Amino acid sequence: MNVWASLILSLIAIGAVATVGAVAGAAVQFFDLSAAAWLFGVVIPYLAFVTFIAGFIYRVTTWARSPVPFGIPTVCGQAKSLPWIKQSRLESPFTKLEVVARMALEILCFRSLFRNTRMTFKGGRPLYGPNQWLWVIALAFHYTFLVIVIRHMRFFTEPIPGVLKLLEALDGFLQIGAPYVLISGFVMAGAATFLLLRRLAFANIRYISLPNDYFPLFLILTIAGTGILMRHVFKVDIVAVKAMMMGIVTFHPVAPMDIGMLFYIHLFCVCVLIAYFPWSKLMHMGGVFLSPTRNLPNNTRAVRHENPWNYPVKVHTYEEYEEEFREKMIEAGLPVEKEAAEEE
Amino acid sequence: MADEVPKTSEMVKIDHAPPSTGWMDTPVVIRKGIYSYPAKKPTLDYLSMPFGREWSPLDADWKLPPNWLDILLEGMRERIDRFRSFRLFMDICVRCGACADKCHYFIGTGDPKNMPVLRAELLRSVYRKEFTLAGKLMGKMVGARQMTAEVLKEWWYYFFQCSECRRCSVFCPYGIDTAEITIIGRELLNLLGLNIDWIAQPAANCFRTGNHLGIQPHAFKDMLDFFVDDTENITGVRVNPTYNRKGAEILFVTPSGDVFADPGTYTAMGYLILFHYLESLGFDVTWSTYASEGGNFGFFTSHEMMKRLNAKMYAEAKRLKVKWILGGECGHMWRVIHQYMDTMNGPADHLETPVSPITGTRFTNAATTKMVHITEFTADLIRNGKLKLDKSRNDNLNVTFHDSCNPARGMGLLDEPRYVIQNVCNTFHEMPESTIREQTFCCGSGSGLNAGENLELRFRGGMPRANAVKHVHEKHGVNMLACVCAIDRAVLPPLMDYWVPGVGVTGVHELVGNALILPGEKKRTTDLRGEDLPGVEEED
Repeated sequence: MNVWASLILSLIAIGAVATVGAVAGAAVQFFDLSAAAWLFGVVIPYLAFVTFIAGFIYRVTTWARSPVPFGIPTVCGQAKSLPWIKQSRLESPFTKLEVVARMALEILCFRSLFRNTRMTFKGGRPLYGPNQWLWVIALAFHYTFLVIVIRHMRFFTEPIPGVLKLLEALDGFLQIGAPYVLISGFVMAGAATFLLLRRLAFANIRYISLPNDYFPLFLILTIAGTGILMRHVFKVDIVAVKAMMMGIVTFHPVAPMDIGMLFYIHLFCVCVLIAYFPWSKLMHMGGVFLSPTRNLPNNTRAVRHENPWNYPVKVHTYEEYEEEFREKMIEAGLPVEKEAAEEE
Repeated sequence: MADEVPKTSEMVKIDHAPPSTGWMDTPVVIRKGIYSYPAKKPTLDYLSMPFGREWSPLDADWKLPPNWLDILLEGMRERIDRFRSFRLFMDICVRCGACADKCHYFIGTGDPKNMPVLRAELLRSVYRKEFTLAGKLMGKMVGARQMTAEVLKEWWYYFFQCSECRRCSVFCPYGIDTAEITIIGRELLNLLGLNIDWIAQPAANCFRTGNHLGIQPHAFKDMLDFFVDDTENITGVRVNPTYNRKGAEILFVTPSGDVFADPGTYTAMGYLILFHYLESLGFDVTWSTYASEGGNFGFFTSHEMMKRLNAKMYAEAKRLKVKWILGGECGHMWRVIHQYMDTMNGPADHLETPVSPITGTRFTNAATTKMVHITEFTADLIRNGKLKLDKSRNDNLNVTFHDSCNPARGMGLLDEPRYVIQNVCNTFHEMPESTIREQTFCCGSGSGLNAGENLELRFRGGMPRANAVKHVHEKHGVNMLACVCAIDRAVLPPLMDYWVPGVGVTGVHELVGNALILPGEKKRTTDLRGEDLPGVEEED
């Protein structure tokens, strides 16, 4: 599928999602359709959330059901060997603790992506330079995403925990505008835009991209965009939003109110995102924890790794071997188990 | 064969830009010089592998069994249930492209399907179609496609253009390992009789005679006897290896390439010299003709075939009642030993945790597998001052070290060989950082791709390695490329001749053999290759 088809398809998809949200918002706003409000403000969020949790668990347990028959870490540094040779404990973990440290570095700091290099082909020779900007953008994207998710907990908690207020204060430390600009939203939107442009700008990345690589980016951009608009441009009734969300989390849903079209687009996109999450590549979030090339110790010569389905195989035994070559072995003076004469 | 390989000036005209048609819509074109010949029927029959037949990759009809699709999908289902790596790596790739320019075959060919991500997508696309709901419903929109005979050809072509070197896996943020995908992919192809001859034949040989080259026991001994004579001519000392000797303390297993072809043979002489030197210090070792192969081309066929060939090591160790096993210099052999052997064919309770009889060092890092790498063993000897070495006997050499993929990324054996080299050679230079240690580049011929008919692929895939050698050759005058892998020793010489003439290839223990001063030896005038030692001519 070429880039245009991929882009058009994913744009159609995101357009449809946003339109559904907008129609829902309009139905509530202009036609006072409480059925639509209940559907989009209560039922769909519940369904999406259940899909997310159930789907996530299903995917992870499905992976976990397949065993890890061999200890196959990708070793990225000196192994534990002779006592005077310095082991790279983070790149070639030997103990469980070292594995945990390696995994932490991978999951929290994107260690492997940090290693990235870029090959340029000049004068018939490949050259390799450092290339950390994808790592920077990826870190910015994921951490601001996390901050935004945590920040939104203010809509689901009463009273709001101090730590959330602190996080929000940090996020808004620039103190620009009223309400303050929260940096995370802009950084995440910027990073997602960057990831999108990168996918489009580099021929080889464009070549490997599928519609389902573009769609989540568009979805996230729409969510970020509507969020920023609601905070700074078309301000919505935060009190009403909170009342609605508290109703949902306390399982006493209140009749959703007219909060505006943007809100319903935002909410519906979020619902689509979390419902889509477990069935998509976004599951790399869960998968990275299970990756056998990263989460196993490089100690397979010291500690036996068990394979639950190890089955016996047909081998060529020494006896069969000697049977075939006995005469020649004796002639060459090689020791044998059975002298040739005994056989006859 | 060699005259069919394009000139270097032609070879470096590589376009890394993808074609205008999407990869699913770009049909595979199987090209001479890139593919390897298919496995022959008698070979597959000997190994009890299914569907041996006469077929050509260039033919439209590959004579597949009528129910090939069922066999293949059933094979996939089985492996999804057996290997978490496979299932997970089918699901979690985000196509970030970090792996794309890490593959030596992509760098050398510019073929986008040699980008690790796309190589995996060849298989993933079918996985999605057959094993995921989204793929079934939405098809191409989610990167799913129908399995067809054309797709199968694509698999065959590209899974035999991956050397399972795992360099891409180092850079993947989720540790997705293309080697796992290629290993499974080849396993699936083998269900349909679609191996290549250069893998199936050595595997069959190994099964029958104990080694890939099909050397029969008496001939194996004959060949080592040649080295005994050569060693005596050079050193004046006659070494006396023993074979299949029961009650020896240690069994030595090395790739048969070291017994068969230059320059591996000089490495074998290095082992013989070292073992002889240690004999009087209490070193008691035997060679085996039955387990006369360290390498394992079964690994390039299927997990099962790997186990079938590997089984000989422990079986022979048990029969000979040795205490532990010492392993020679080989790449994939050591990945199999380090990451698979004990799991597949252990536990080796008949063996003991290896202890160096010379230094008393306990190799606790090999406590369960009971097998020690010879550079670990030798590094320990040197560290403990047990070897009398004359470094100057390697003074004609300006050495660099090529980390073989498997010892590097499969076991983390990085500093041991360097320590040995630097103790037996005066001049050593590292290649650039992004081409050594865990980022090392493959020789371009690993995982059974060291055939003759695919020389163009080998030279293309070996280009990044050769280019790094060229860099130190030009900058520091490096003239010798050391390595700890028998495939390297077989394939790097032609690769160097092609890209960097003037650079030779050596095993680490050839260098040790040159430097080691044997008790009672005569004044050496040549190195193990029979070439004059530095300074000899002036003295004459």
